[in-house]
Amino acid sequence: MNLSNSEILLSIEDLHASVEDKKILYGVNLIVREGEIHAIMGPNGSGKSTLSKIIAGHPSYKVISGSIKFKGINILELEPEKRARIGIFLGFQYPVEIPGVSNLEFLRVSTNSRRNELGKSELDTFEFEELVTESLKIVEMDPAFLERSVNEGFSGGEKKRNEILQMALLDPLVAILDETDSGLDIDALRVVASGITKLSNPNSATILITHYQRLLNEVTPDFVHIMANGKIIKTGNKELAMDIEKSGYELINKRTKKKEVAK
Amino acid sequence: MNQTNTVEEIVSQPYKYGFVTDIETEKIPKGLNKEVIRLISNKKKEPEFLLNFRLRAYDQWLKMEEPDWSGLSYTKIDYQDLVYYAAPKKDIKKQSLDEVDPKLLDTFEKLGIPLSEQKRLTNVAVDAVFDSVSIATTYKEKLAEHGVIFCSISEAVSKYPELIEKYLGTVVPINDNFFAALNSAVFSDGSFVFIPKNVNCPMELSSYFRINSGDTGQFERTLIIAEEFSSVSYLEGCTAPMFDTNTLHAAVVELVALDQAAIKYSTVQNWYAGNEKGVGGIYNFVTKRGECRGRRSKISWSQVETGSAITWKYPSCILQGDESIGEFYSIALTNNLQKADTGTKMIHIGKNTKSKIVSKGISAGKSKNSYRGLVSISPNAVGSRNYSQCDSMLIGDEAAANTYPYIQSKQPQSNIEHEASTCRISEDQLFYLQSRGIDFEEAVSMIISGFCSDVFNELPMEFASEADKLLALKLEGSVG
Repeated sequence: MNLSNSEILLSIEDLHASVEDKKILYGVNLIVREGEIHAIMGPNGSGKSTLSKIIAGHPSYKVISGSIKFKGINILELEPEKRARIGIFLGFQYPVEIPGVSNLEFLRVSTNSRRNELGKSELDTFEFEELVTESLKIVEMDPAFLERSVNEGFSGGEKKRNEILQMALLDPLVAILDETDSGLDIDALRVVASGITKLSNPNSATILITHYQRLLNEVTPDFVHIMANGKIIKTGNKELAMDIEKSGYELINKRTKKKEVAK
Repeated sequence: MNQTNTVEEIVSQPYKYGFVTDIETEKIPKGLNKEVIRLISNKKKEPEFLLNFRLRAYDQWLKMEEPDWSGLSYTKIDYQDLVYYAAPKKDIKKQSLDEVDPKLLDTFEKLGIPLSEQKRLTNVAVDAVFDSVSIATTYKEKLAEHGVIFCSISEAVSKYPELIEKYLGTVVPINDNFFAALNSAVFSDGSFVFIPKNVNCPMELSSYFRINSGDTGQFERTLIIAEEFSSVSYLEGCTAPMFDTNTLHAAVVELVALDQAAIKYSTVQNWYAGNEKGVGGIYNFVTKRGECRGRRSKISWSQVETGSAITWKYPSCILQGDESIGEFYSIALTNNLQKADTGTKMIHIGKNTKSKIVSKGISAGKSKNSYRGLVSISPNAVGSRNYSQCDSMLIGDEAAANTYPYIQSKQPQSNIEHEASTCRISEDQLFYLQSRGIDFEEAVSMIISGFCSDVFNELPMEFASEADKLLALKLEGSVG
């Protein structure tokens, strides 16, 4: 698939970063264009989650050097809320529980903050309920979840559906889904995957961070990147993901290193 | 960005009710002795039984020591350096609002409590107390149609002395504690509510207490009586100007619920808390107690405590009647050098009595926030139950939260549950909300409101949003 003429949404250049004085990223490069689906795979501790949190602006992570641009604008100085409003979405691996805060009200405030940025009118409770009822269908979620506190007492699968629901409402340009597939049974995985597929469109891009091939059987990526030791060490298409499933990361890692030595 | 600092900045915000009303007041000279008590009683044209009540209380007070068991430290109060009676100079109680000094009406309007016919709240009757004196009570006539009495306690003393004599001091005896004894000797004004048998009070009742003078002690007295099968919901609000000196506020509230009566008493307390160095602010040393005298009666306290330099109070329930119910829902927010030591006592005496305690403490700055509560089950209270939940939230590294639950059970066939937790606003919660486009300030406010939601749900509808706003106001500030 040749999409190289479409607009670049996200470009990451030589990104080095640390958390609590521990260096995690050692020069990440990544270009994401409109309409593309990327998968980032890699073993535990390779820096995948760190990369996603840095893009979203988590305050604990420090960028040492390099840049992240969204539609050509440097976003490193922007607060996380601003990044969300301009269209960057992070689906969390472990969505936190916020006791006492109504899920419905949280979703409404959040949706309105994005709408404001887009110059759309704010939705009142009634208007929002209409919108959210439609979005619930995408993730096959029971409206009863709206009445509960944010993620409180939700099962793993319910939390992930709630993440995809937020993605549907915020209508982002770049959605990064951090191990959205982990801890899901096969039915929940299908629901989440079909949600992702329904929500992808030619003007937006999705980055799936995952350990396993199984999500990629449901959502076909245009690019697969292998991350190891804080770097993207290999980029390919969906066959690369299958290759990993067969041979494991170690082998890929060794092969890549050998190639580097050979050069 | 240092998040902890920023959360603290948000929690600290200027006090909005710190203005002083320039009004001529009549004050008696400083100091306390029997002559002063006679003078107060005389000014209020009180019957003899009340003067004797005051004098007996004074005698008891002289024999008592100022308590220090709470571990709250404060500059000693010189009781001879206080004024015990202050009132706006023009005649105290008016027949109609037109006669009330417009400055006073303006004051209350500024505080968000409009009293005039056109502006007043539609379904809430208000008793407005300025310094020691009740200046106006709205909707009196409408309430009277239902037999409900809602007026200042001074008015009740002159109009319904038999009710006062029958109930005053029966829940909080004159020698109950040092501050209650002092209040009983010198109390100035406060609210009186009487709900007759079989009447559900048709409106919310509310008293708004405003301290204006700096050197005047505040000693309000509130008495609420709900007769058999009646019910009432009552709310008090409090603010005061900013002074460098500490003002003593030692109120006494007594509630009496007869058979199957229900009283819901809510407080939104926002007295001036002193500045960030701990200078000034109100000493809020209050005795609040309700007695479920009748079978299946119910008393429910809910409070949002955000003000005062020191808050020291334990709204309590004596569950005398069989199957009676006591509840206590509390939010206490402290900042800077504020100290709050608050909680409740649930005294189970009757059979199958139930009580529930939900306390939420939020401490920021260098403040201290303690929950102190007693659950006591007497030998007679077969089948009684208590559930207590005490949660604390700490903001920053210098704030302190303590929980002191005391449990005394002399009845093996009873059930007591206690849960306690301490948390901080987690960075992950904040980031989660921010990553959904919600700004930092609103995220903090949302998390705190969520933490308090169990208690907000217990506040009367009209005031739940007001209380939420008050917390939000306290949390408002510039984000660094």
